Amino acid sequence: MVEGARPVTGASPAPDAAGLGRARATGFLVPSMVLILLFLVVPAVWTIYLGLTNYRLTGLAAANPQIVGLDNYTRALGDERFRTSLVLTLQFVLGSAVIGQAGLGFAIAFALRDRSGPLRRVVEAFVLLSWILPSSVVAFLWIALLDRDAGTLNALLGIPGTAWLLDHPMLSIIIFNTWRGTAFSMMLYAAALENVPRSHLETARLAGASTWQQLRDVVFPRIRGHVLTNLLLISLWTFNDFAPFLITAGGPEQRSEILPVYVYKVALSGGELGFGAAISFIMLLINLVIALVYLRMLGRRKEKA
Amino acid sequence: MSAITMRELTKVYPNGVRALDALDLEIADGEFFALLGPSGCGKTTLLRTIAGLEVASGGNVHIGGRNVTNLPPGKRDVAMVFQDYALFPHMTVQDNIAYPLRIKKMDRRSRGEKAAETADELGLTALLQRRPGQLSGGQQQRVALARAMACHPQVFLLDEPLSNLDARLRLEARTFLKRLQRELGVTTVFVTHDQAEALALADRIAVMEGGRIRQVGTPTEVFRRPANTFVAGFIGSTPMNLVDAEVHDGELAVAGTRLPVPDEARDRVSAGEKLVYGVRPEYLDYSPEPAPGALSGQVVVVENLGSFSLVSLDMPSGDAPATPGTSLQVVVPEGREPEPGDTGWVVPRPGRSLLYRDGELVSTAAPPAVPAARTGADAER
Amino acid sequence: MSTATRTPPAPATDPAGEGPTIAVRHLLAQIGRYVFLCAVLGFFALPLLWLTTAPFDDTPTVTASLPQFTLDNFRALLDNPYALSSLRNSVYLAAGTAALVVTFAALAAYALSRVRVPGRDALLYGLLLLSSIVTGTATMVPLFELAFRLNLIDSRLGVILILSGGLLPAAIFILKDFMDSTPTSYEESARVFGASPLQIMRHIVVPLVRPGLATVGVWAVANVWGNFLVPFLLLRSPDKAPAAVIMYTLYTEGGQADLRLLSTFSLLYSLPVALMFVFVSSRYGFRFHGGIKR
Repeated sequence: MVEGARPVTGASPAPDAAGLGRARATGFLVPSMVLILLFLVVPAVWTIYLGLTNYRLTGLAAANPQIVGLDNYTRALGDERFRTSLVLTLQFVLGSAVIGQAGLGFAIAFALRDRSGPLRRVVEAFVLLSWILPSSVVAFLWIALLDRDAGTLNALLGIPGTAWLLDHPMLSIIIFNTWRGTAFSMMLYAAALENVPRSHLETARLAGASTWQQLRDVVFPRIRGHVLTNLLLISLWTFNDFAPFLITAGGPEQRSEILPVYVYKVALSGGELGFGAAISFIMLLINLVIALVYLRMLGRRKEKA
Repeated sequence: MSAITMRELTKVYPNGVRALDALDLEIADGEFFALLGPSGCGKTTLLRTIAGLEVASGGNVHIGGRNVTNLPPGKRDVAMVFQDYALFPHMTVQDNIAYPLRIKKMDRRSRGEKAAETADELGLTALLQRRPGQLSGGQQQRVALARAMACHPQVFLLDEPLSNLDARLRLEARTFLKRLQRELGVTTVFVTHDQAEALALADRIAVMEGGRIRQVGTPTEVFRRPANTFVAGFIGSTPMNLVDAEVHDGELAVAGTRLPVPDEARDRVSAGEKLVYGVRPEYLDYSPEPAPGALSGQVVVVENLGSFSLVSLDMPSGDAPATPGTSLQVVVPEGREPEPGDTGWVVPRPGRSLLYRDGELVSTAAPPAVPAARTGADAER
Repeated sequence: MSTATRTPPAPATDPAGEGPTIAVRHLLAQIGRYVFLCAVLGFFALPLLWLTTAPFDDTPTVTASLPQFTLDNFRALLDNPYALSSLRNSVYLAAGTAALVVTFAALAAYALSRVRVPGRDALLYGLLLLSSIVTGTATMVPLFELAFRLNLIDSRLGVILILSGGLLPAAIFILKDFMDSTPTSYEESARVFGASPLQIMRHIVVPLVRPGLATVGVWAVANVWGNFLVPFLLLRSPDKAPAAVIMYTLYTEGGQADLRLLSTFSLLYSLPVALMFVFVSSRYGFRFHGGIKR
């Protein structure tokens, strides 16, 4: 630009504090966007296409897949095994994410809220440890804990011979997933609770509010955004969680066959890639619905604010 | 020469906010200049536009005769001290002070020496190896100043230099800052929302509102003769009393009393005209007895401010006693404070009363809309 | 709380009667809180018990019990052909992914934080949501296909790239939060002194957000270290398989699981992430900085 000329494009639109400029900023974005596009967006879109074909891992349809339209979808929706699996998945999300992780996570965060010292550190350390240990190790720990003959749990309860994984497979994986994932909710709520101003709680206490009333009237309105974001994330994570496969592998008799396990069995063990993709796409749609419901609720909060 | 000249400087943000509105201003070489105004008046934008951190939407800026309007901040030969000092927390004090020299590619040893030298001038030698987090607010400010000084810029820009200090330290830092500026003689522009700070520090002050400059002048000028009611209300630790007045028979009818029309306005008012009468609380004398040419009212509040008290009086409004009366504040020296409920009289000191028409000062001087810029900082001395 | 409802309504005129009630209620609440926390502690500690005892037991069972102390199990582990190499594989995958994710996410987060890109918040939220939805599980079929076509089956690079793609949105999100909370005055200050954008990145931004970079790096390592599905799908030869996959094969394949091997391997495999966690939490405190704002 000529010095002294009126800068036409002068209005710098943002606090571009380092003077990066648009070109460089775009350059900074490209590597991430390429990876995300290639390994996140493309597979998502590809799922839609594959779901319309009779593509198989092996055999004739592997070499020359045919478009079969919505056949896979009508077949899935008519399939008893799919519908059972869907119900099991919803139970799994509701039980282990919404009630288990979020509920327990909040309870722990609230019980520890104004506490410091060894008790808090020990409790937090154990909860976090169960979160960060590798899933295949954790899965075996639970297999060992719940073992029918020599499991620690049966030994403790004095009821040897109770086959938890065979008799109560869903309950087992729900408790397993609660154990495994509570840390995230606990930390998020701990951070959220710190954001509730002390003066608000004290005002409520001075007005004579009980703990429950304080929670309802002061804490929850304040952390509603955190609660919803947390529920959104853990619901999606749990919905797509493959770790229960490591414990029950969907069994016995498909009684703990949640959708991710079902897709794996149909598509990669059974080789029906097209049908598997169709189910995957239905999963994506359900995820999207879950996400939209939560975002809707978040949005409503914003309007009110 | 490092005078700063701005012509028709305009800044419009993408959201349509006009932060600077065709602004003309000249700051003389070596001057200590304050940009004063309430938040959102554009003073910080103006400072950042001089620094080059904001790009002007129109008009131009010259520093030392050089058009810098389109130069990036690093090429303008200015140094800026930010409100939060922006000391890099991961560098020692010495590295912080040496940072501008590092950018100028000075070798490690000489820039270390130069930084130590600058630190010595500001009494920071003992702190050279500390990190900013270990310093007090006042020390941090000195380090920030040292960093700005290290590269010998033509212009210092200070954004709210005292606002991050606590009240007691602020006075100390104010004196220090004024002395430093005198010694260095570098053109310095600072932004503040605190009128007392501007009055105390600056050679000249520009009072801003809504992206425009409402008055430029020495502290004495803006204090004694605010060019408009905005400046009158903004300058002074207690705002100026502004009371409705009407011209009758060559006199002013104010709150039921007749007062003489100020000399400078005498030839410029016409009978029956409605004006605003202004007088600072400091220029009113309180009396418990009736006095000639006095405004009277009932004492409602007495605020003790140490060696003096601020007394608020409610006065009957002249024409319609039913409407709530006008209020007047007056500074009363210690020992003569009235009690709330007393009736008191106040007499304006001669030559200190002002008249405003449509918010602008009525005076014999040229209209103050485009103040003439000074050419030297010593005009005041 | 229940004491409040049981209190008879009569003694409203007896203010002295309130005192002990409040004290008792407070005490009950305290006891309740401790009981709850101890139960939580038990629940979370119980499954971990076995991991600390079995590896040192010369005849481990699946029951957690006081071990007959021995280190023989670790010697046996060294003889297993895949055990140590799988740990090495896990290190490759974790280090490669973490390096990629931290570098790319830092660049992207900085650009998004400091330069207004139209619709950046929507973009970021969309991607974050997508990455939560499109995990390996829902897209395992096309991921497998994609890897096949790009010739990335049985390739560690393929696993690294796919894992990075999945982790990047959240990493960008976390880092952008760090960058947003860093005052721009640091960069502006450097800019007034004439520093170029790249100098500002190097001298100012990277040192300032180092805790954020560490957080994301640790988070990526922990994620990859434990990830089972992606290497399980993509890596065919057992000598490339990471510990997560080997661990699974140890207890599912070949009839009776060798508990000595299994327990020792579990411990060795868990130790790095556990140590990393201890290091991070003692150094920075393992917390969210109010991270998720909405």
